[in-house]
Amino acid sequence: MEIKVLKDILNANEQIAGRNRQLLDSKGVFAVNLMSSPGAGKTSLILETIRKLKGETGIGVIEGDISSSLDAETIGKEGVPVIQINTGGTCHLDANMLSSALSNVPFEDIELLLIENVGNLVCPASFALGEHKKVVISSIPEGDDKPFKYPLMFDIADAVLINKIDLLPYLKFDTQAFSQAIRGINEKVEIFQVSCATGQGIQEWVSWLLTQMSQR
Amino acid sequence: MHELAITQSMFDLVLEQAKKAGAKKVGKINLVIGEMTGVVGDCVQFYFDFISKGTLAEGAVLSFVMVPPKARCQGCDKLFELKEFDWTCPYCGGNNLQIVAGKELFVESIEVE
Repeated sequence: MEIKVLKDILNANEQIAGRNRQLLDSKGVFAVNLMSSPGAGKTSLILETIRKLKGETGIGVIEGDISSSLDAETIGKEGVPVIQINTGGTCHLDANMLSSALSNVPFEDIELLLIENVGNLVCPASFALGEHKKVVISSIPEGDDKPFKYPLMFDIADAVLINKIDLLPYLKFDTQAFSQAIRGINEKVEIFQVSCATGQGIQEWVSWLLTQMSQR
Repeated sequence: MHELAITQSMFDLVLEQAKKAGAKKVGKINLVIGEMTGVVGDCVQFYFDFISKGTLAEGAVLSFVMVPPKARCQGCDKLFELKEFDWTCPYCGGNNLQIVAGKELFVESIEVE
């Protein structure tokens, strides 16, 4: 006997993500899921964002890593609450992992929650967490062909940051072709050119973030 | 890479549906997978054989329909298969596209006894 199912495999994850979103909304916290390949600059961007918004916006950070708490320790030095998720080998965060981590978030102290996903351009694209915005960080040394190789990640992004823009004079990267490729499949995407080393573009990124928070 | 999590979710979904139907055994699972998800069928099968051991889905055959990425041109409204490194419309040369297929990840049906 054949039974029609027609159900999304990740339906269970989507439901938990929906509950996470409700919890975040009830606490008045805006959550951003930061995704990139390893080494593109997620942690550096979080650090720069904290430094720009210190004393202005309460920030909390959730650090997703396969193992180690190196990044969490680095961010903890900035004096913001950090919750580490070790995925134990899993290559992405999922809604259930976020749900557990959220029980340790001091909601009363924060308005913005930055979630650093596991460095990977494939798997995190499929797993909603309950975040308000999905942000993808690319970087100049990775090359400008990434949208073609990982279309799903760029298709779902609300914003894409081209990090390490200070390296542009030394490496082959066509920022125009890169941006055009992403905009071709994702009309509404915001694209920023930034450098966490020189501070270029960080103000624009942070302004966008604050606007998104206020327009929620 | 993320096949273990996806296989586990798929297995849970299949078992729930099979039990609801009062099935004794799941013979076949028909899956629809968009190529953009990066999910590899062989890998899903490998994890499935492991996860399903000792359950009513043990030994079930997995059948995969792989869906290539398709886009609709926002300019001329034509539908076409998205090429790997060329995201322009083959009909009008436009590059404002909407991806309409290739992201699927669902269980179409199951065959039970």
